[in-house]
Amino acid sequence: MGRYVIRRLLQMVPVFIGTTFLIFVMVYALGDPVAAMFGDRAPDPATAAQIRHDLYLDHPLPLQYLHYMGQIFTGNFGKAATGQPVTELMGTAFPVTLRLTIVAFAIEAIAGIGLGLLAGLRRGRFADSGVLAFTLLVVAIPTFVTGYLLQYFVGVKWGLANPAVADGAPFSDLILPGVVLAGVSLAYVARLTRTSVAENSRADYLRTAVAKGLPRRRVVTVHLLRNSLIPVVTFLGTDIGGLMAGAVVTERIFNIHGVGYQLYQGILRQNPPTVVGFVTILVLIFLAANLLVDLLYAVLDPRIRYA
Amino acid sequence: MTVIDETAGALAPAAPAAPLLDVRDLHVEFRTRDGVAKAVNGVNYSVNAGETLAVLGESGSGKSVTAQAIMGILDMPPGRITSGEILFHGKDMLTMSGEERRKIRGRKIAMIFQDALSALNPVLSVGYQLGEMFRVHQGMSRKQAKLKAIELMDRVRIPAAKERVNDYPHQFSGGMRQRIMIAMALALEPDLIIADEPTTALDVTVQAQVMDLLAELQREFTMGLILITHDLGVVADVADKIAVMYAGRIVETAPVHEIYRRPAHPYTKGLLQSIPRLDRKGQELYAIKGLPPNLTRIPSGCAFNPRCPMAQDVCRTDVPVLHQVGPGRGSACHFWKETLGD
Repeated sequence: MGRYVIRRLLQMVPVFIGTTFLIFVMVYALGDPVAAMFGDRAPDPATAAQIRHDLYLDHPLPLQYLHYMGQIFTGNFGKAATGQPVTELMGTAFPVTLRLTIVAFAIEAIAGIGLGLLAGLRRGRFADSGVLAFTLLVVAIPTFVTGYLLQYFVGVKWGLANPAVADGAPFSDLILPGVVLAGVSLAYVARLTRTSVAENSRADYLRTAVAKGLPRRRVVTVHLLRNSLIPVVTFLGTDIGGLMAGAVVTERIFNIHGVGYQLYQGILRQNPPTVVGFVTILVLIFLAANLLVDLLYAVLDPRIRYA
Repeated sequence: MTVIDETAGALAPAAPAAPLLDVRDLHVEFRTRDGVAKAVNGVNYSVNAGETLAVLGESGSGKSVTAQAIMGILDMPPGRITSGEILFHGKDMLTMSGEERRKIRGRKIAMIFQDALSALNPVLSVGYQLGEMFRVHQGMSRKQAKLKAIELMDRVRIPAAKERVNDYPHQFSGGMRQRIMIAMALALEPDLIIADEPTTALDVTVQAQVMDLLAELQREFTMGLILITHDLGVVADVADKIAVMYAGRIVETAPVHEIYRRPAHPYTKGLLQSIPRLDRKGQELYAIKGLPPNLTRIPSGCAFNPRCPMAQDVCRTDVPVLHQVGPGRGSACHFWKETLGD
């Protein structure tokens, strides 16, 4: 087990380097950050050269990358377009996005598994078809459409929730954006759960559980659900990273000042430190979530052994 | 169809007046895409306390479906019990509520399945799965239940039970897993155990051990045992009486030794002849010609007639009743006398 974790952590190193290098190249090589600073006016060549030198931009790209990575490991993520250190932006943005992710994740897990279980237990009946149609609809409609529709109807027209999220992102304001953000994943979770439940409910050990005289509730929760959730948990775990990074559209619609918002601003103002810095942290979160899922797998399924 | 005369009770002297389990004229069908499959067509059998009934038949003969109907674990739908009674201690279980039946399952009637690897839950420890019986049915604490689980594992002679109680099914050998299944069935000392091909998935050497264990525990607790099998060898050693099934009906029923000596139904005879024998080494092995019937289109008359070497016109038109052939013996063949005679 310990050796497995170490091996996995070592495997993460090339993945981390690869992803950050790609992002770095894309952001730095495809735009001119110095030109972006000056907006419409052309910069004075001497000043531009000075800035380039200060920002280490007068070196070859691989060297720039190494320099940047070295800086990151000392905690220096550079400055955003506003002049604030990127770490400061992260300090305010990540807690907000984390709160949104928690709300979305809870909605995704509870509603997704619930709907999937319902459909799986009532295969071929009305509830099953209903869930199937619902998930299809949710997957087919883009987030910005559901986002604006829900914001308009639930938030503005019916006044059931705040159409925009207040400063500090209180949980009560995050329910509506949480639903929007969770939508597509929720549909996948429901379908995955349904398939898994349907498959496992025909298993021999389930017949054994019934033959033991266990109450139906126990048969379903202890024996059926426990087995059926193994693939679902995998999906949920990897989706945490996706939810955090995928909140760009949702955060914009509901005016949430989180990671998505900052990333959007960074791209808009062509500010490389913001974009690369935030993405680097997201990559780390993604990798950590993946490792956690793989370790959780062994807890859920004792047949899996790590060597 | 005549009800089997209960003279077989003489084999088990301590048997009470009413049998422990009495299946009467049971009919089960399944709705499939190809039509209605008539899996069980009027089965009658009974088991007394301490008695072993072997139910013999090919795949699809309805032996497992009958067991599932008794156990109340039939998939409904597509399955449907169209008529009949299943009397347990004289009370018809088919008229009981779901909750009443659940309380009988595991506690009064327990079942042992064929393939223990798939029949045990792969993600729960065997200790948990054994202990669950005590926790659910007797309200024991987790801790007490675990102690009882260890006790049970000792009882079915699993070595180092205490150390292995937290192991998972895949960590045991096939024979040990089947012992765990047996332990689970025995947990609450039920009155009746239904063993559905308990040794089919095991090595021959392990088969004998598991069968011996089952027989020994059955004697100890004076339980009734329904042994479902297609293995004639297993039957001879442990059964008191045999019911041979074909296409959802019992075609022959007899005390165990008589059936080997003098079968009274051509199908039973065919089965016995198709056992490989040392003294016929080098000769061609006998096989019953043809295939078991499609249950959606069971032949008219005697279901066995297309495969029967003795079939006459009457076999294609009239369904034979279970004729009384001798004490505790019945044969559903128009020509049982001829079959017995030659």
